[in-house]
Amino acid sequence: MALDTVTIATQNPDTTQPFAELGLKDDEYARIKTILGRRPTSSELAMYSVMWSEHCSYKSSKVHLKQFGEKAFKSDALLVGIGENAGVVDIGQNYAITFKIESHNHPSFIEPYQGAATGVGGIVRDILTMGARPIAIMDPLRFGLADAPDTRRVLPGIVAGIGGYGNCLGLPNIGGEIVFDETYAGNPLVNALCVGVMKHEDIKLATAHGTGNLVVLFGAKTGGDGIGGVSVLASETFNAAKPTKRPSVQVGDPFAEKVLIECCLEIFKADLVIGIQDLGGAGLSCATSELASAGSGGMQINLEKVPLRDPSLSPEEILMSESQERMCAIVAPEKIKHFMAICRKWDVTATVIGEVTSGERLHITFNGELIVDVPPRTVAHDGPIYNRPIKKPDYVDQLAKSTFEVPLPTDADEVKAAVLKLIASPNIADKSWVTSQFDKYVQGNTVLAQPEDSGLIRIDEETHLGVAVSTDANARWSYLDPYEGAKLALAESCRNIATSGAKPLAVTNCLNFGSPEDPGVMWQFAETVRGLADAALELGLPITGGNVSFYNQTGSVAILPTPVIGVLGVIQDVRKRTPMGIPSADLDLYVIGKYNGNLSGSEWAHLHGEIGNASPVADLNMEKRLVNFLLDGQPIFESAHDVSNGGLAATLVESVLKNKIGARVDLNDVANALFSETPGRVLVAIKSSATNEIVSLAGKYQIPIYKIGTTGGTDLEINQAVISIEELSKAHTETFPKLFG
Amino acid sequence: MAKIIVEVMLKPEILDPQGQAVASALPRLGFTFAKSVRQGKRFEIEVDGDPTPAQMAEVEKAAETLLSNPVIETYVVKVEK
Repeated sequence: MALDTVTIATQNPDTTQPFAELGLKDDEYARIKTILGRRPTSSELAMYSVMWSEHCSYKSSKVHLKQFGEKAFKSDALLVGIGENAGVVDIGQNYAITFKIESHNHPSFIEPYQGAATGVGGIVRDILTMGARPIAIMDPLRFGLADAPDTRRVLPGIVAGIGGYGNCLGLPNIGGEIVFDETYAGNPLVNALCVGVMKHEDIKLATAHGTGNLVVLFGAKTGGDGIGGVSVLASETFNAAKPTKRPSVQVGDPFAEKVLIECCLEIFKADLVIGIQDLGGAGLSCATSELASAGSGGMQINLEKVPLRDPSLSPEEILMSESQERMCAIVAPEKIKHFMAICRKWDVTATVIGEVTSGERLHITFNGELIVDVPPRTVAHDGPIYNRPIKKPDYVDQLAKSTFEVPLPTDADEVKAAVLKLIASPNIADKSWVTSQFDKYVQGNTVLAQPEDSGLIRIDEETHLGVAVSTDANARWSYLDPYEGAKLALAESCRNIATSGAKPLAVTNCLNFGSPEDPGVMWQFAETVRGLADAALELGLPITGGNVSFYNQTGSVAILPTPVIGVLGVIQDVRKRTPMGIPSADLDLYVIGKYNGNLSGSEWAHLHGEIGNASPVADLNMEKRLVNFLLDGQPIFESAHDVSNGGLAATLVESVLKNKIGARVDLNDVANALFSETPGRVLVAIKSSATNEIVSLAGKYQIPIYKIGTTGGTDLEINQAVISIEELSKAHTETFPKLFG
Repeated sequence: MAKIIVEVMLKPEILDPQGQAVASALPRLGFTFAKSVRQGKRFEIEVDGDPTPAQMAEVEKAAETLLSNPVIETYVVKVEK
């Protein structure tokens, strides 16, 4: 194919271009022509198509996401907010933490191992780009039913991919979730979160300014990986009738990324960059246009200088390539020698591919021929914005009016059987089959990891300052009521942080939904964003950034709306964290927080094929008091464990199994008490000598507390039902090995 | 007794970190001949007697579904006597 230059585009304005195949609509193509005053060259078309895709431009979600800025809680802790590669928060002692969560759903369905691996690689580079050292990762995952054939293909691949990449990087994987629901069949969700730490003065931003400064591409060479991956893969619904699309898959090289991390950190330390951006989705198109538009706008790139792994790549392909482990930096000419020396030391290929110019346009030439001449903002930020139609789906009100019934155990034998059945179900069962494939303790700073309520990492060895991270979503509640579902997910994530003894500080999110072209899905999305923005404001937490993944659907079936909410907390002394497991006998067990016995949206209902009729209503004022109760009461808690998925039954069993110390509890209305997932509750164990203190805390924060039993023995006794720890352990642990080998 | 050989290679456009590592190790050890290296894997499958067309068809199927990952790899099946 002949090179399509700006001159040719001006001379031949009527050449037919494959914009529709690249995912652009007629009016979007017309808009590009208006912006440029001529037809785009094929390279420009490639850039616009990929940058204006849903994945990169947020064109359907932008109008809603605005609320995160408008309603935002003004927090002094927020150092860098939404819009940069990742948000940054102040945790004290001059430390700053950056954290972010992203989706890699569609690539992981096509090629589970590499899709999940490059998902980890991408989020780690986002964190690195802020100037931080990545210190931990987490992976919330969603799959189709556990016994479905495709789940057996994707789950082991995805888990191995996350483990393979993360373990090679030497990053501890400290938590996440694994949830099964049939709506995720053909649309697994792979969300990846990364946490990084730096000193305040080390924060780096993605910007290119200063005429004459050099644009340096460094890291891996560019190949044909995932060309069009972003626009094609992430914006296309999988359709069973058409042959599966199998485009070029990105392959990750964790050892190259490890070297890149160390190389970047040394470069940061020597203060050699003005701006920096990683190359992820949309590759060089994204990095050059975003860097240029965040600066004064002018940039000149000589595309033929990009080092290639595959010399047959055309300029359009070089611009769109999603080859992994690459970064783009802006470096002052007087510092380039030092920069290159550090890259040589780490054996990282680095090439000057252009410079910042005084103009306002991004010029890209290929062997001297001008092939791109655009205002960079129009590529990076001024993409189309859609106010898509919204309609509340009929199912919401229909379900709300409906009733549902699930069998409830009554006598001791039935209670025992029900508890064993629940804890063996894939959503509640022990996940060590998965988490043991991840290195949880590498680097030696992990204080708590899965299956604890939150992951906890030590930041400072002298002062014992640490951070906790938790991710949560309850997609069934979001399905029943997306507004409440989002609030409850944030409340649960905060509660998990506080349960471990840390103070919630900031929020990130990954919003996974079906097609935005479906008004019902768009309603779910709009309600979710409204709920999350309202809840963050009420809880006094800033939202530091996030990610939206649309088109998670197979045919007309969308996934359950799945807003995965991540919360970061800070703990002054990690030695004072509260573990989830009952540590010893002769402790008193209390449930903190009121329960209403409702089984709607619960795992017990799900096990009987029912979703329920309504979501609980979030009581954020109470949740706030509960967080303070937990933080204040931390010194008297011997253990604490959140009551959520699987209700008190799951919480009790997990607390008992952790250290194999039994418990005996007496419950009224036993079945509902065990299986209801009423939010806002925590199970704690205290010494009986601390009774007065817990009672006075309950009064102070106006939170009801219920003493339900004591610890000790080798059984879990619930009223008359006696279940030995061995029976519990067997039921809880054998599910995953049975399913996945 | 015949051997059925299945050779699996990453597709040419797919990044091969192992091959790259070998390629960069070669000159360090004094071997200067290589322009590039790509690494694959080879399966040797023994059958009794000459493989029948039905057996070969089964091997093809196994190669496509188990021995290789058709998303990122290609394979060749051949017989060695």
